[in-house]
Amino acid sequence: MAAKRDDNGHEAPIPWLGVVGEVPAIDAPQKVDSPEKKVLHLRVVSNAAVTPPPVAAAAVTTPVEKPRESRLSALWKRVTKKRKRSGSGIEARTSIRTLVWVRRVAQFGFFFLFMYWLVNTAFRGSFSSAEQNIRIGQPVEGFLLADPFVALITFLSSHTLYRGLFWSLGLVGLTVIFGRVFCGWICPFGTLHHFTAWLFPSRVGKGGNRVEANKTHGWQSLKFYLLYAFLAAAAVGVVVGGMFDPICVMVRAVGLSVLPAMQWVSAHVLGAGSESNIRFVQLGADRTQDVLANNIFQTKQFYFHQAWFIGATFVAIVFMNRIIPRFWCRALCPLGALLGVMAKFSIVGMEKDHAKCTDCNLCLVHCQGADSPQGGIKHRQDECHMCLNCEAACPEDVIKFRFFPNRKSEQTDLVPERRTALAAVGAGAAFYVLHRQSDASAAEVNYHPRAIRPPGSVPEHAFLEKCIRCAECMKVCPNNALHPAFMEAGIEGMWTPIFIMRIGYCEPSCVLCGDVCPTGAIQKINETQKMGKWKPGMDGKEWEVRPISVGTAFYDKGRCLPWSMATPCIVCEEFCPTSPKAIYTLDDVVINRKGEQVKVQKPVVDPNLCVGCGACEKVCPVVDAPAVYVTSVGETRSKTNVILLENTGYNSKGS
Amino acid sequence: MPPKKSPPPPETPRELPSRREVLTRAGLATGLIAGTAALAKWRWDKGGFGLHEAKGARQVRDFRPKGDLPLDMAIVRGAREGQPNATPAELVMAAIAAMGGMQRFVSRGDIVAVKPNIGWDRTPLHAANTNPAVVAAVVKAAYEAGAKKVVVTDASCNDPSRCFQRSGIWKAAYDMGAEVVLPVEHRFRGMRLRGDVLDEWPVYTPLVNADKVINVPIAKHHNLSKYTAAMKNWYGVLGGRRNRLHQNIDTSIADLATFMRPTLTIVDAVRVLMRNGPQGGNMDDAKEQHIVIASIDQVAADAWGCQLIGQKRENLGYLQMAQDRGIGTMFYEKLRVRELAV
Repeated sequence: MAAKRDDNGHEAPIPWLGVVGEVPAIDAPQKVDSPEKKVLHLRVVSNAAVTPPPVAAAAVTTPVEKPRESRLSALWKRVTKKRKRSGSGIEARTSIRTLVWVRRVAQFGFFFLFMYWLVNTAFRGSFSSAEQNIRIGQPVEGFLLADPFVALITFLSSHTLYRGLFWSLGLVGLTVIFGRVFCGWICPFGTLHHFTAWLFPSRVGKGGNRVEANKTHGWQSLKFYLLYAFLAAAAVGVVVGGMFDPICVMVRAVGLSVLPAMQWVSAHVLGAGSESNIRFVQLGADRTQDVLANNIFQTKQFYFHQAWFIGATFVAIVFMNRIIPRFWCRALCPLGALLGVMAKFSIVGMEKDHAKCTDCNLCLVHCQGADSPQGGIKHRQDECHMCLNCEAACPEDVIKFRFFPNRKSEQTDLVPERRTALAAVGAGAAFYVLHRQSDASAAEVNYHPRAIRPPGSVPEHAFLEKCIRCAECMKVCPNNALHPAFMEAGIEGMWTPIFIMRIGYCEPSCVLCGDVCPTGAIQKINETQKMGKWKPGMDGKEWEVRPISVGTAFYDKGRCLPWSMATPCIVCEEFCPTSPKAIYTLDDVVINRKGEQVKVQKPVVDPNLCVGCGACEKVCPVVDAPAVYVTSVGETRSKTNVILLENTGYNSKGS
Repeated sequence: MPPKKSPPPPETPRELPSRREVLTRAGLATGLIAGTAALAKWRWDKGGFGLHEAKGARQVRDFRPKGDLPLDMAIVRGAREGQPNATPAELVMAAIAAMGGMQRFVSRGDIVAVKPNIGWDRTPLHAANTNPAVVAAVVKAAYEAGAKKVVVTDASCNDPSRCFQRSGIWKAAYDMGAEVVLPVEHRFRGMRLRGDVLDEWPVYTPLVNADKVINVPIAKHHNLSKYTAAMKNWYGVLGGRRNRLHQNIDTSIADLATFMRPTLTIVDAVRVLMRNGPQGGNMDDAKEQHIVIASIDQVAADAWGCQLIGQKRENLGYLQMAQDRGIGTMFYEKLRVRELAV
């Protein structure tokens, strides 16, 4: 039998018999398995064929009695033991070890800040006076404003940089100096991946598999192709790329799916406590729910259209970390790709001393970006998250991050694969052309009646050039009225905001959706612009400022109680917020089945006054398909989606 | 060729389980069968399409004061000619003083729930919600009478945070030291009111779990029930889909007024919504009247108040129902009523 040989042709050493890494001293007493002590509860029926078990065979040497160590002291020893570092045993520079800890603190801090702002993307009331205008008052959309991908796609589509998006230049500067520090130090989604990949690797994602997974793979250039496709789509007119922006994904999934789900679970768990008969349990459960409702969640459970889909996508992406660490960041993130392109020019970078490398792969064990930190191979600055784990881990001082590094061991090609990149650009542009050829509402041919946009939205064409589907507006809406569209606004409008007034109506004096919109798809309007203002002394006759209408209400007379069932109702009229009310009533006396006379008030909509807020639809007691409902026609922002001649506004003076 | 017959396998001794194991296993099996049967019996759904029907007496939450009072209803007018009108706080103070002082209603250590109308996202000028100054004055009076805690709350129609802030009541009540409670979903509990049309509804617990309840509605026009104040204000006790109530609004109001018997009713008629009720929206719809009504009879308070917007008590169906049920009287002439000016 030939001896086993390893890769280099050397004879393989004798396989370990004991515990790996533990070399027993020759003179120490050998550990011997104690003889079988288990007693079987078996009754032997026939004694004939049974031989007694070999009990004494193993007990050749008796183990030497050692004074037993208590478990606690053993644990203490293990914790306080100084670990020997592998290889040379030299630690990384103090500055690097410090910076790694600074990075961890920064990641935690930014993640907390993101969650704090997300949770506070809601109006919770304040002690300010009644006349104070209601605004959020914090830059809760701050992460999106600092996002260069959002800035670039909206700039390409609308040729303008909206207000706070100017902040994204700061991140551009940071990236050009330090590389993708955003990914490794700031991005809350990146931090989530970092954390889950570290804490929950699967069995196939550990050890050698992890090292293998953390090597650079070809599929990592997918994100660059996605980026080019999104940029092309934006350049021709739709910012569909927002669906993949990490901050948008995070706001959308956590805001619309995770937080409501947490509220639902806590309401059921604590609700059980509230039902209890034990006084302090009940009190505690109630108080906890008060605190949660007033600080984290809302005063009522929120529901979002197809939130399950958004949530499931999110969970799937996070789950991928068990197999491939930071799969999202490496393969899909277009913001990461954009920052990667910038990082090609970064001033800080890596230098490697290949000769010193012993192929221990410790750098790869902790690598976040899969950017080839190991020796003997060129580094990928565009994939590197600047987490500094590799330098901190390297025992041989091979890796060094520094200002103006030499680029000998740096991969410097700009585009991963030119032809594929061009194909991606073509695909992005073709996507736009194809869906515009379909019955999309932006083509202004076939309006979807339920694609009702938030108040202050720009015309549909411009809206799709601006809306990045970040879901800030849906999160902030106090009445749970705004929802991510599925196909209502065409495939190009997936996850853009639309009203579902059966769930919530547009609060008349509320302008918060525009307040938090980072791109200006919903403009920052004020209360007067939204509700309108009559000319002094001309109430109900002439507007000084025309109100913003998002649609018009219609009656389904066959389902309306006063119209067809001889039953008084008019809750819709009671809730109609305009002054004078857009819903007026016609008094009538109708005969019911018994032949009795019933006085009813039959509600009618005045399309001139209706702002489409949907309060009527929300409160209509015909629960399933309401007898009054809003459709998008008559929305102020459109010059074509109108009913009435005089509402076109071409000739009106003033407004 | 037939297969060769193999010799029979050697007889191996059969290993029998021990007695202990037999008993354990038999016990486990019995327990499992018995447990399953018991669970099935306990949770056995025998089928049937049972409708829950109101049975038994109507539920009543009675907070009415015990002991003699000097008056049943006090009406305070504060409109003065040639000089500034009385402030809402003065009106409330005068009305409570005329009723014998807050000590007759609130005892030391009581938890008092004050229930203004905070239904709509309107500012005080629109007169759709109770005047914040009136609410603040009531809170102050309750604390001065020795209340341990005063809770101010309502189940709003519009977004509650917005209603509470824009009505000005949040700030006014908080400044007086009251605990302002937002209507959070879990504070509603299903309860059987056993009324004519209101059987089982979610009820807002902070309002019914207090020691004393003071109703502080605003007098206003209502398109369906013509005039509303004290009795209709109990809509704010209910959660759920209140929009169904409008199909039989008079009976709903009467049911609610049967359920809730407040310690004291203080109607704010400082600014009265004359038309476009219940939420108004135009400052011209409201008219300054500078009146506050304090009453222990909510029916009488509404019967008297409806004339403020030019209505007659005979036209209000819910008053007649309340009268018939004996909740109060719409003929306030029979009560000890005092009108005074400050």
